[in-house]
Amino acid sequence: MEVTVAWYLTLGAVLFTLGAVGLLVRRNPLVMFMCIELMLNAVNLTFVSLGDELGDLGGQLSVFFVLVVAAAEVVIGLGIIVAIMRRRSGATADDLSVLRG
Amino acid sequence: MDAAVFIVSAVIVLSGAFGVLLARNPIHAALFLVQSVFGVAVLFLLLEATFLAAVQVIVYAGAIVILFLFVIMLLGVDRAEDLDIEPIAGQRPLAIVIGAGILGTTLSALLVAVGGPTGAPTANAPLGDAGDNAQRLGEALFTDYVFAVELTALLLTVAVVGAVVLVRRLGGPLQPLPVVAVATEPRGADDDTVGEPDPDPDQEGDA
Amino acid sequence: MLDLVWLIPAFPLAGFVVLLLAGSRLGEPRAGWVATIAMFGSFAVTVGVVVDLLSRDVHNRRSVTTLFSWVPAGDLAVDFGILADPLSLTMCLFITGVGALIHLYSIGYMHGDSDFSRFFTYLNLFAFSMLVLVLGDNMLLTFLGWEGVGACSYLLISFWFSDSANASAGKKAFVTNRIGDWGVLVAMCLTFFTFGSLSYVEVLDATDAGQVAESTATFIVLMLFVGAIGKSAQFPLYLWLPDAMAGPTPVSALIHAATMVTSGIYLLTRVNPIIADAADWVPSLIAWVGVGTALFAATIAVAQTDIKKVLAYSTVSQLGYMFLAVGCGAYVPAIFHMVTHAFFKALLFLGSGSVIHGMDGDQDMRHYGGLRKWMPVTASTFIIGWLAIAGVPPFAGFWSKDEILAYAWNESPALWFVGLVTAVLTAFYMTRQVVLTFFGRHRYADARPDEVAAAWDARIAVAVADLDAATVAVDAARTGLGAATAARAEAESAHASAIEAARSATSGDEAEASSDPEALAQAVLAAEDAVATAVTAVETAEESVAVAQAVHAVAGADHAVVSAAAESRAEVPALALDAAPDVADVADHLPEAVAARADHHPHESPWTMTLPLVVLAGLSVVGGLMQLPFTPSLKFLEKWLEPSLFGNEVHLTIGGGMLWVLASIAVVGGLLGIAVAVAAYERRRIDHRAFEQPLLADAWAIDRKVGDFMGGPGRAGFEAVTTFDQRIVDGAVNGVGVLVRRLAGVLRRFHNGMVRTYAAGAALGAVALLLWFLTRASW
Repeated sequence: MEVTVAWYLTLGAVLFTLGAVGLLVRRNPLVMFMCIELMLNAVNLTFVSLGDELGDLGGQLSVFFVLVVAAAEVVIGLGIIVAIMRRRSGATADDLSVLRG
Repeated sequence: MDAAVFIVSAVIVLSGAFGVLLARNPIHAALFLVQSVFGVAVLFLLLEATFLAAVQVIVYAGAIVILFLFVIMLLGVDRAEDLDIEPIAGQRPLAIVIGAGILGTTLSALLVAVGGPTGAPTANAPLGDAGDNAQRLGEALFTDYVFAVELTALLLTVAVVGAVVLVRRLGGPLQPLPVVAVATEPRGADDDTVGEPDPDPDQEGDA
Repeated sequence: MLDLVWLIPAFPLAGFVVLLLAGSRLGEPRAGWVATIAMFGSFAVTVGVVVDLLSRDVHNRRSVTTLFSWVPAGDLAVDFGILADPLSLTMCLFITGVGALIHLYSIGYMHGDSDFSRFFTYLNLFAFSMLVLVLGDNMLLTFLGWEGVGACSYLLISFWFSDSANASAGKKAFVTNRIGDWGVLVAMCLTFFTFGSLSYVEVLDATDAGQVAESTATFIVLMLFVGAIGKSAQFPLYLWLPDAMAGPTPVSALIHAATMVTSGIYLLTRVNPIIADAADWVPSLIAWVGVGTALFAATIAVAQTDIKKVLAYSTVSQLGYMFLAVGCGAYVPAIFHMVTHAFFKALLFLGSGSVIHGMDGDQDMRHYGGLRKWMPVTASTFIIGWLAIAGVPPFAGFWSKDEILAYAWNESPALWFVGLVTAVLTAFYMTRQVVLTFFGRHRYADARPDEVAAAWDARIAVAVADLDAATVAVDAARTGLGAATAARAEAESAHASAIEAARSATSGDEAEASSDPEALAQAVLAAEDAVATAVTAVETAEESVAVAQAVHAVAGADHAVVSAAAESRAEVPALALDAAPDVADVADHLPEAVAARADHHPHESPWTMTLPLVVLAGLSVVGGLMQLPFTPSLKFLEKWLEPSLFGNEVHLTIGGGMLWVLASIAVVGGLLGIAVAVAAYERRRIDHRAFEQPLLADAWAIDRKVGDFMGGPGRAGFEAVTTFDQRIVDGAVNGVGVLVRRLAGVLRRFHNGMVRTYAAGAALGAVALLLWFLTRASW
């Protein structure tokens, strides 16, 4: 059986979906963050597989940059979570409803 | 052969993802994430993106997830999240609808719409084979995309500075470490408290 | 002098501004003099301008002086300009002249009124508006003046607004006028669309050159006619004019006789080229409406008792004549009659004001009589006015009315006939008015029917009171008798018991003989005395009962007599021409007002009031000279007005002989009317009540019917419109607000501040976007 690019794309789509659903369903901020990482991974996979399909290095280059940005984002994101969590330990995403209108 | 590897790694990836989704303990979730990342790395290898596979493992599994674990343990957020209740009404059905929507639209976009990928390969960076992948990547990055690389460097610097600013506590010199009180009473006749170990903070709450 | 033509409206405007700012400080009578002098100044300038125009060539007598650009709105560029041509200056002459005289008159009439300066403020504002109306060089200016005079009419009719009837009259005038104003507005819009301009010079020149379609011209004229009907009080929009008599008499004279009500005729005369281009039935319509209204109003005037109401209906009738003239294409006679009418109607109104002033405010002609003894100047000037309006040669009214009747015959004998009947009626009711007011016995001190009825009621009440008192007295006497009888019975029983006691004492056992026999005997004697007294008392009581019953009988008889007399008494006439009504039976019971009136003497008015009367009387005598029909060279007015008429004046096709015949018939008719009225009211050969039908006095009940309709179905209609406006229109507008608020209330729930909700929203949006992109190609 030939592994076509469609398999990779399908896998990427499913992974992305799982990450999105997890983001909406989980309340722990760190786990929500992990779901975001899952989504980023799915995107990376899609990039690389399409790059491979088109014979273009651009896919991998994009993933490179995505990786860098993901790292930076995690740093900042976790910093924010730490700053919030210090005040109230055991806080979930639902408690951060100050912008309620 | 490729198919088998693909299927195995796909299973690893998806089960890891489900684990992240369904694990109650955040530490378990982090570990499931590592599993998923590893699976993706294998898939990268399958696509002959060797450098990226390595970088994926090093950066994601080796740095990002470690960072996650540090934060989890730092803040004591290792308590289990009760997955049975959902405070916001209608969130779960909505999530299911959204999930179905995303899956449907992405699949149809990627697979069904207008006969596959139509982008043209750039002249700059043709894909080679697995052997000189790193070399080609390096060439492309530092000649055609050097500006972007510099920007990422800047980005990382900013991220680091930002993180430090975000988490510092304001005011005062360094605070002394908290000292754990130790029993120092003179021993008496009814002293069977000798040699009692300190209470273990890790034992509070269970996994 | 022509370049000073702008002073004509400027003087009254200046007077208005001065009085507005400093009127109450100037006070009486200086405020009045300021206003009057402004009017005289305006008149002087008008005379000067007329002289200037007369010195010019006939074809050079139309000049437009543009003062400033008023409405520069693209295609609609209207200037504030003054059109000085013979027609407008003729109007200005009598507006300022008669107006000045009326201002002078008002100084005397409004003497003592607390709102003296306010009156003159309004009068000057009115004069300004009227002058703008006639001098304006475009329809918009005329309309400005039109509305201005309407507003001033409202202000002046309801001048004494503390009485709500006056305020209502003012509102009625304004609202009825408004209906006409709609017509003028529509006509103005159509004129602008047809000609691209509202200026008279352009519009009339273009019409004269034949650039207007017949249907357009017809419609314009009809709409202007609607406006003229409203302003000049023709049927059916005449209802406001009789009510407008609630205003002070100078107002009635100036506005509702001489000037404002002539605006309609002025407007129609001004647009005579358009009338000439309209369909043939339009002038006929105008003529028939005019003459019909004339007859209608004349019939009502026959039965009116208020001196001003007679003149009001007379005005409606005379205006009808002017419309008749316009409808027959006889513009010069219309203007001629307008001018002479201004003279004699103003004279009549001012005269009636003088009479009212002398009679201390009483306006009912039935209370007048024989006033020429005390008010000679008023009487003689009023008589001159009467002769003028009755169409007696050589007074002014005869010449103008006869011209109109001649042109009516020229158009259609039916029109002429109705006009003739109206002329007879006019002579009749005016004679009636003069006879009732100035001749005959002075009826002011007569007891009036309501007073006599009150007196009879009082007398009956007295008789009833006496009867009641007598009844009470009888009851009291009977009660007294009963008491006396009871007392006697008691005394007798006491006597009996005393005797018993004495007897038992002498023949009884010793044990009960506790009293002295001497005392017992005394007691018996006393008891006998008591009985005797009681018997006497009873007899006295019986006598008093008899007396009381006799008195009661007398009172009863008296009551019966009085009641019978009241039932069978003769009706006291409202108008006792022969002798004072016989009120001997109730002379003692008449209200005090009757006695107070016995010594009343009317007084003549001051010179400020009689001088204008004299001047106007003189004008009424000689006014006919401006247009004598004998030879063309005597027709000064026709030659003067020619430039404004564009040759649209109809030419008489009847010969000089026919004119003499028609004139004689008209004179005979007038004299007939006078004779009948004299026979009815002076000589009392005819019963005057035959003429004063209640239906006529009630103005054919039209006012009441209109009121009922407006109060009933009309009000229902208005309520429906209001409800529609409130519920549906406002509801829709407010409903939008309510809808937005409800929607916001619903949407507010999405702002729960939760990150996950917002994440879900973003994800949902992204899915939707993706869907749209994917399906876009298939649309």
